[in-house]
Amino acid sequence: MELLVPEIGLVILQTIAFLLLMFLLAKFAWKPVLAAIKEREQSIDEALNKAELAKQEMTRLTAQNEELMKEARSERDRILKEAKTLKDNILHEAKNQAHTEGVKLIEKAKIEIENQKKAALAELKSQVSTLSIDIAERILRNQLTDKAKQQDLVASLLKDVELN
Amino acid sequence: MDCSHVFEFKVNRLIVVFALFLAFFSHASVALAQADTAHAGENSHTKAEKKFDIGKFALHHIGDSHSWHVIGNTYISLPVILYTSNGFVTFSSGDFLHDDEAKIVVERKGMGFVKLHEKIYYASANANSHGQYVDLDEKHHASNARPLDISITKNVCTLIFSIIVILAVFLNVANGYKKRKGKSPKGLQSWMEPIILFVRDDIAKPNLGHKYERFMPYLLTVFFFIWFNNMLGLVPFLPGGANLTGNIAVTMVLAIATFCLTVFNGNKYYWKHIFMPDVPWWMYIVMVPVELFGIFTKPIALMIRLFANITAGHILVLSLICLVFVFNSLYIAPISIAFAVFIGAIELLVAFIQAFIFTILSALFIGMAIEEHH
Repeated sequence: MELLVPEIGLVILQTIAFLLLMFLLAKFAWKPVLAAIKEREQSIDEALNKAELAKQEMTRLTAQNEELMKEARSERDRILKEAKTLKDNILHEAKNQAHTEGVKLIEKAKIEIENQKKAALAELKSQVSTLSIDIAERILRNQLTDKAKQQDLVASLLKDVELN
Repeated sequence: MDCSHVFEFKVNRLIVVFALFLAFFSHASVALAQADTAHAGENSHTKAEKKFDIGKFALHHIGDSHSWHVIGNTYISLPVILYTSNGFVTFSSGDFLHDDEAKIVVERKGMGFVKLHEKIYYASANANSHGQYVDLDEKHHASNARPLDISITKNVCTLIFSIIVILAVFLNVANGYKKRKGKSPKGLQSWMEPIILFVRDDIAKPNLGHKYERFMPYLLTVFFFIWFNNMLGLVPFLPGGANLTGNIAVTMVLAIATFCLTVFNGNKYYWKHIFMPDVPWWMYIVMVPVELFGIFTKPIALMIRLFANITAGHILVLSLICLVFVFNSLYIAPISIAFAVFIGAIELLVAFIQAFIFTILSALFIGMAIEEHH
């Protein structure tokens, strides 16, 4: 049972030694060690948080880029489409215009031709009449110069005419 | 399939080892009982010389001593410091000439001192029939007065040595943090950091909550003090071998430290729980004394647990080694050494577990005292 009775001397020395040890360790070991560990943990946490934020920023930027690309693509498509319709319109219009212009020209030409024809015909008519009169005049003149013949003719004519 | 075979094999081996161990342990206890009866029956010392007394041997080795037995007949004499009625007295324990039976009187400042079973008494004027300068009562206990003995005993030497070791280790560790600020730990630092973190994250934080930082110095100190000294106690030669954490005075001081922290940090909820628990008033007659008793039983349990575990480990190892002398045969040596190694390995585990248990229970008790209720 001697084991169960604490020695007063050892109690005193143990108390002094333990308090001294605790004081020294607390001041020179635990305080800096715990502070350093805490600081390091905080810096690790911070770094991890920062990495996470950077990752998020990265995904955000990528998404943004994607969006921009998409927009640009659709813009290009839209512009191309617009240009095409514009071209089609212009082409169509030009065709129409050309067509109407042609028709108009042809019409004009037709009218002109008609007019020319008419004028030519009129001139032809007048020339024909002049010529005919001239010819007739000359024939008549010619005919009338030859008396004997005239007499023959009259005689023949008279011969044909039967006095009924 | 292979794995299960290995496992079965291991289990079988373990069972065999335990069976053998139990068989030998029962032998050892029989031997102890025989030794006890021999001790009870003896009146003269001549008989004791023949019979090896395993109990006495073990108790001598786990107890404190004024000189340090190195090997064979080599002893280191340690200084004796006494506070007597005439002031401080110091002399070397070598002056007792290895006497532990109060037969040699050391005279200092006009006072005589004798050493009986590693305790120092004021010497009686005359020797008794056995030549001892003490007055023995019928139970063979000295009835002489004792001076206050604050000698540098074997335990105190170990205490000082362990403090130097702990300080050296942790100042080195702290220096590592200063040198490699914010960098990963290295060397001794990376050995100790997981354990410091273990104390912080698995002992302090769960039990003490957000106010854990205040108690970290105490918990860390108590943990490493107990652990280092448990380990030192397992070293069979100088400077280890002393049974410091298995000494009731040491565990008492540690338990009192926890007790003081609990009592002085207890908040109003803690004291209300003790003096005005939430029970019908007529239950107070039972509850208040029980709760008051509980304040003291908790640290006493801490004190006894550490003391008993470490002392039991030492006694077990010593008993196993002593089987050689009990059977008085060298052939028993391989078996007793095998078991001593086996128990020694368990003791290494116990050294850590007991430090852990003492620290976590201290944290738990303090945590109960500072817990906030709403």
